[in-house]
Amino acid sequence: MLGLNKKDSTLMLVVIGLVVFAPFLLNPFPEGSAMAQFNAGYPDLMQRFVIFGILAIGFNILFGLTGYLSFGHAAFLGVGSYAAIWSLKLFTLNVIPAIIFAIVIGGLFAWVIGKISLRRSGIYFSILTLAFAQMSFAMAYSVLTPITGGETGLQIKNTDNPLLGGPTDGSIGRANLFGAEMGNSFELGFGNWVFTFNLGYYIAALAMLVAFYLSIRIFRSPFGIMLRAVKSNQNRMNYTGLTPKVYTLYAFVISGMYAGLAGGLMVAMDTQVGPERMFWTASGEIVIMTILGGAGTLIGPVLGAGSIKYMENILSKINKDVLHQWFAFLPDGLEDAMVVFADIFVGKQWHFTLGIVFMLVVIFLPGGLVEGAQRLSARFGRKKTTDTAADSSAGTPAE
Amino acid sequence: MDQIIVQILNGLDKGSAYALIALGLTLIFGTLGVVNFAHGALFMMGAFCAVITSKILSSSHKVVDDTRTDFLGNPLEVDVFYVQDWFGEAAGAAIMDWAVPLAILISIPVMILIGFIMERGLIKHFYKRPHADQILVTFGLAIVMGEVIKYYFGANPIQTPAPDALSGRVDFGVWFGYGPNAIVYPMWRLVYFFFSATIIAAVFAFLQFTTFGMVVRAGMADRETVGLLGIDIDKRFTFMFGLAAAVAGIAGVMYAPIVSPAYTMGMDWLVLSFVVVVVGGMGSLPGAVLAGFVLGIIESFASMPSIVNLLPGINQIVIYVVAIAILLLRPRGLMGRKGVMED
Repeated sequence: MLGLNKKDSTLMLVVIGLVVFAPFLLNPFPEGSAMAQFNAGYPDLMQRFVIFGILAIGFNILFGLTGYLSFGHAAFLGVGSYAAIWSLKLFTLNVIPAIIFAIVIGGLFAWVIGKISLRRSGIYFSILTLAFAQMSFAMAYSVLTPITGGETGLQIKNTDNPLLGGPTDGSIGRANLFGAEMGNSFELGFGNWVFTFNLGYYIAALAMLVAFYLSIRIFRSPFGIMLRAVKSNQNRMNYTGLTPKVYTLYAFVISGMYAGLAGGLMVAMDTQVGPERMFWTASGEIVIMTILGGAGTLIGPVLGAGSIKYMENILSKINKDVLHQWFAFLPDGLEDAMVVFADIFVGKQWHFTLGIVFMLVVIFLPGGLVEGAQRLSARFGRKKTTDTAADSSAGTPAE
Repeated sequence: MDQIIVQILNGLDKGSAYALIALGLTLIFGTLGVVNFAHGALFMMGAFCAVITSKILSSSHKVVDDTRTDFLGNPLEVDVFYVQDWFGEAAGAAIMDWAVPLAILISIPVMILIGFIMERGLIKHFYKRPHADQILVTFGLAIVMGEVIKYYFGANPIQTPAPDALSGRVDFGVWFGYGPNAIVYPMWRLVYFFFSATIIAAVFAFLQFTTFGMVVRAGMADRETVGLLGIDIDKRFTFMFGLAAAVAGIAGVMYAPIVSPAYTMGMDWLVLSFVVVVVGGMGSLPGAVLAGFVLGIIESFASMPSIVNLLPGINQIVIYVVAIAILLLRPRGLMGRKGVMED
């Protein structure tokens, strides 16, 4: 199918299925039931799943294949976001040009930074990208306030007058796709279940599927093999007459474009940008997502992005009252003790859980969730579809 | 001119914190070859040692004072501090006042212990793994440590004042022949600078003039040969990790009165101290100290009003600009040695 071998086609179809039916799959519990808070099928969260999925897929093309650990990827996300919001403010409220601008600007920015940063490798490369990203953040925050809106960031205002028509009645323009607004949703009630189909989500999902498809093609292409060669032995590449730096730069630019795309989509869904999107902890989050899922594998980054965003939204909503409900069956003293203990991991403390999980993964499962799934399936002697579909390089975990 | 002296003082002050953290980072990297992203978290732990100490010292119990009454006419309950019970009124108050310097005494064993646990429990298993894995696992550890602190102390910065005797301002200019009030500088910051300079000197003296230090230096140069000579170098390196943690911790304790400790401070300092280490040259101790002070001074000069008016925002980015320039022009950093981390 479309130049993919059988294994990859199956993986692609599985991912398409998951993404298209996400509103059903993520809403397994009926409204009003005790488990309803585990539902993730609302548009805002689903959009974030796919957008951060794109981001992680892009990062994986750089880190998973070449082994260059960029600690400044959020900068491209931010630059893409700013490009997209200016397109919405000045050019047209249609999201397609905004997203295209975001990709182009993200790629250009990545080219400039990559050109400089890739003169070094290893930890120096990490620090250089980190320094560039922090610099971009600081500049967006202060010097570039006329362009970036400084601390308050940028929103669409009713004074904006896009070139190709905006609202004439003085209302605040909304991002749309040929007239259909991103917020448009169709709700399907079925018994106690309510499934929401959101236009914005499906646009982002389409972009994510395209991004995923391209990443499979890159992984399988001769270019992808070159990138793996960069990771395994640069000297040998040099001796064969190939220039590792050029390939790495391409990978860097491609992953910058992915980040730009993610930034553009973020703006399309929620028309505002602030400099904190470029802060280095945001870059750290991208790294964590990719590693958690499994760097160097196809599906890993998407899984990682999904599980972290799920944890962020669901864990942080659990508070002491909810915990008391859960442990109500225990005797009073034990109940209180359990609540106090469990409270460390949820609510505002969810980063603690994230840190612990991340450390455990790095220590015991360098290949991430994908490696975990593979080990499980190997132990039980059965092979699940997602495991067979996991990329062949999963055996060589991230460096 | 007086402006310039103030900026140099500011720079030395900020630079000494950079230098202490970078020194610890370099010690760990030079001995164990580990890139420790949790070092900022150790600095934060130190700062919170100061917070904990001052909390413990000012713990109190309620005593009913029969001679006074509150506004309802009931006997008044007064907070009485335990230290005042034990050591008498004046001495107790003095102990509470000097909580931050006292915290140093507590922080040293605590930080060495934390360092031991970290090295033996976690880092030990990462010597053979790639640098990227070390970065990632210590990054995770930094998140966890930050969250633990946040759980117990909340997200807001906690004010931890310096002792009254040291929290005033010094008329610095008078010492150098300027008129009175020409250069006035907070006394605690001067104390911080001299304290850091002492610690840095002590670390260098320890490495240079003790047998233990000599063995460690030999191990840094050629670990294998030292091992072949029958010396258990791992044990000494573990101790160096503890020492590096203690240095970061003390830096944090003393910094607590300058910037109120919050759980985010570890991450904030981490990025900058890494930039400092890389600018100084990976694995070079004098380089780390030099780069710390140089970057501190550059940063404080860049935040002078006249320069900020000329180039707005330069104070925010100058460290990164300098770091990028140095990395590109002098790839090994200011004093980096050949062959260290040059993959």
